[in-house]
Amino acid sequence: MPSHTFTVNGKSVTVDAPDDLPLLWALRDLLDIRGPKYGCGINVCKACTSHLDGEAFNPCVLPVSEASGREVTTIEGLADGDRLHPVQEAWLEQDVAQCGYCQPGQIMAAVALLKRTRNPTDADIDAIANVCRCGTYFRIREAIKSAAERMA
Amino acid sequence: MTRHARRRFLTYLVAAPALAVATRFGVEAYAPGSADAAIPTPPAPADLVDLGDLLILAGKPTADMLVLSVDEDGGVDFRLPREEVGQGLTTAVAMLVAEELDTPLDRVRVHLEDARPELLFNQLTGSSNAVRSLYDPVRRTAAAARARMVAAAARQWGLKASELTVRAGVVVAPDGRTASYGSLTTAAATLDLGSLTVTPKKESEHTLVGTPTSRIDARALVTGSHPYTLDLDVPGAKPCMVRRPPTINGTVTSVGNEAAVRAMPGVVDVVVIDSGVAVVAETFGQALDGKNALEVTWGGGTVDTLSDSDIRARLKAATPSLDLLGALVRKVDTEFDFAFASHAPLETNSAVADVRPDRAEIWSGLKSPIVAQAAIAQAVGLPVSKVTVHVMQSGGSFGRRLFYDAALEAAVVSKKSGRPVRLMWSRIDDMRHGRMRPATHHRVRATYAAGQVLTFQHRVAAVETDFRHGLGDAVTAAAASLPTGLGNATFAQTLFLTTVKSPYDFGVTTQTLTEVPLRMHTGSWRSVYSANTRGAEEIVVDELAARLGKDPVDFRRSFLKTDRQRAVLDRAATEGDWGRELPDGWAQGIGFHEEYKSCTACLVEIDATDPKKPRVARAVIVADVGRVINPRGLEAQLLGGLTDAISTTLRAGLHIDKGLPLEGSYSQFHYARQKDAPKDVRIHVIEGAGEPGGAGELGVPAAVGAVANAYARATGTKPRSFPVNFDVDFTPFPR
Repeated sequence: MPSHTFTVNGKSVTVDAPDDLPLLWALRDLLDIRGPKYGCGINVCKACTSHLDGEAFNPCVLPVSEASGREVTTIEGLADGDRLHPVQEAWLEQDVAQCGYCQPGQIMAAVALLKRTRNPTDADIDAIANVCRCGTYFRIREAIKSAAERMA
Repeated sequence: MTRHARRRFLTYLVAAPALAVATRFGVEAYAPGSADAAIPTPPAPADLVDLGDLLILAGKPTADMLVLSVDEDGGVDFRLPREEVGQGLTTAVAMLVAEELDTPLDRVRVHLEDARPELLFNQLTGSSNAVRSLYDPVRRTAAAARARMVAAAARQWGLKASELTVRAGVVVAPDGRTASYGSLTTAAATLDLGSLTVTPKKESEHTLVGTPTSRIDARALVTGSHPYTLDLDVPGAKPCMVRRPPTINGTVTSVGNEAAVRAMPGVVDVVVIDSGVAVVAETFGQALDGKNALEVTWGGGTVDTLSDSDIRARLKAATPSLDLLGALVRKVDTEFDFAFASHAPLETNSAVADVRPDRAEIWSGLKSPIVAQAAIAQAVGLPVSKVTVHVMQSGGSFGRRLFYDAALEAAVVSKKSGRPVRLMWSRIDDMRHGRMRPATHHRVRATYAAGQVLTFQHRVAAVETDFRHGLGDAVTAAAASLPTGLGNATFAQTLFLTTVKSPYDFGVTTQTLTEVPLRMHTGSWRSVYSANTRGAEEIVVDELAARLGKDPVDFRRSFLKTDRQRAVLDRAATEGDWGRELPDGWAQGIGFHEEYKSCTACLVEIDATDPKKPRVARAVIVADVGRVINPRGLEAQLLGGLTDAISTTLRAGLHIDKGLPLEGSYSQFHYARQKDAPKDVRIHVIEGAGEPGGAGELGVPAAVGAVANAYARATGTKPRSFPVNFDVDFTPFPR
């Protein structure tokens, strides 16, 4: 079985897995990192959105072999200890989550957006394609705007 | 209806069932004397006794069998016999407990109760009924706990209980002595304190209940630490997925390459079950590869020859014709179709099961765990008492988790494979073989003359909705309280008639349901019959207004039955700036709905400049749900209902093609994304009194009407088939 070494949330990890095993299952089933969620497995619902070398990506379609030597950040790695990321704080302020299942992915997508642009427009926010089946989109939009202000 | 009448009605209903109540209530609430000239519509069954009333009544004998404990640190644990799926129930219940105990909200922990068969009908989550049914029992339970704490402190200090107060979980004596709940809990549990008279606080004394409060689990949800079913660590539980048939309810004839699949990396077992072939593996990725590699010969399903056009034809044929009318009467006469809709909660069907020869343990998101427990016990050959069913907080439901499909499969696989399993449905399977809202056909005829609506007839035909999840038993148990005339109705008709009603005085009003019994995986979808039925009616209301030369808001105001309804409508029109100028291709639309003692109006503005790509840009929602526990949570529910309505009215539905939905993921079933959602949503909650009404499903039907009406005005069309944009704009996944 091939072995793959990469960084997750600041720690170096090694997993033995077939090259083509989607990273999502390496994280969830082999490393017990269960913040990223399965919602479709084909990169359309985006529930598993995490960061690869600082950019948003979807581990459900990335073969584990392609993570080798790279830096993965999941929702678990976003806060600084007990200090939440400003985007998480904004999510609390707006009480965004309902069932919460998509929210780790929504938050990681928002963090990546705010990294690219400090003042996202409505069109920038519209480009986040993560599905929220509870329909919390308006609160997500408000939270992203609030986070942008917090981070200014 | 007046709130006073509602209150007396409910109280009486609870104390002694039924028919007398309905009659008396009807007379009180609908006595003549209103100044408007609309032709009164007599109360419909749902005006007298709604489904929620029946469920409350059925649950009454066990309503107070609630468990609350206080630990030595003063932390409060409450075991909730309901399911949390995102609707905010645990937060609302924690608020009620904290309020009655006078303890900080963050000291209250709410746990979802395991299946408790002795609760009978008091462990089913549905019909927007959790807060309605729990409001009094939870307050009584917490008030009883507080009374014991105070009595224990009084005994300790030799004072009268009436002299003591409680502040933030600490009992305080007039002389300043204090004792925390934590220090009192043992005494409170063991001392013979005599019988205590318990009265929950007066609602005017509430300081927490009624204030906007964030979810108690919000931090866990935004840090990814909240454990959903498949995030649990059950020792030895292996990932498992099921290969399902190419058509709904197809059967396994034979597996051609079992040995080859067993030899695949990570695969640990292959098990044939009723619904398909299960592959157990070390990771879900490997289980998925294994199930995809299986070569299975399938037997036929139950609707193999049917596609959408056939089902629509059957629905149309099953829709009763409307009464003949005189040639001089003018009428709006129209028909509607609504497609199947997937519940599509983001967390797919999932369960963990550990079945041993002498006992079983199950974890899953379950809204009817008692029924699930009984079915699982039977399937694995154990007594119910040996099957422990843990209810997991879930990633959405919208009606989906009334069924326990994944829990049952996981239990059977665990038994056959001799190991614990974590079973997950793929998204494709969840959409194609999961539950769906049945397709419906509607025939509506409204007659009018001299500015009045004389009759309003609505005939609904629906593919049969599967209610075999315990709701039937509860309703049957409460059948004695059904209004006259419902005694012989079928179960589905009873549900229809206890949920669907018209808020308008449209003269003689009849609404009926006919079911077409196709064996498909159907289930209640948020607001059950009302989204389509009342949504269609709100479209007809706009067309009636146009025929009578009235503005849609003015027209509704003239024909709504009560001042309470009119206040909600008017507030929406004011807040939403009804009638304001908009660019070409844009329009406003309004919808109104009343159910479960609550009412709401929704006003939207749509940009349909490109009719194939409409976007609801702005929305205003007003609701009066009686007493509000948590306005913030209520607003969240209304926001969700709006998004559901935008989705299913404009783009989201399932096409059935030769016995299987074509849609298999969110790229095909077009539930709204951020780009489809309004950029501006204002929600106004009218402060109500009396009992809390139902609110979890309330938002959908009014918004369906508002979105459809706005689309019609913006495009100059008369939409009749929903969703309005419903092309097969994708390549379906292989079967």
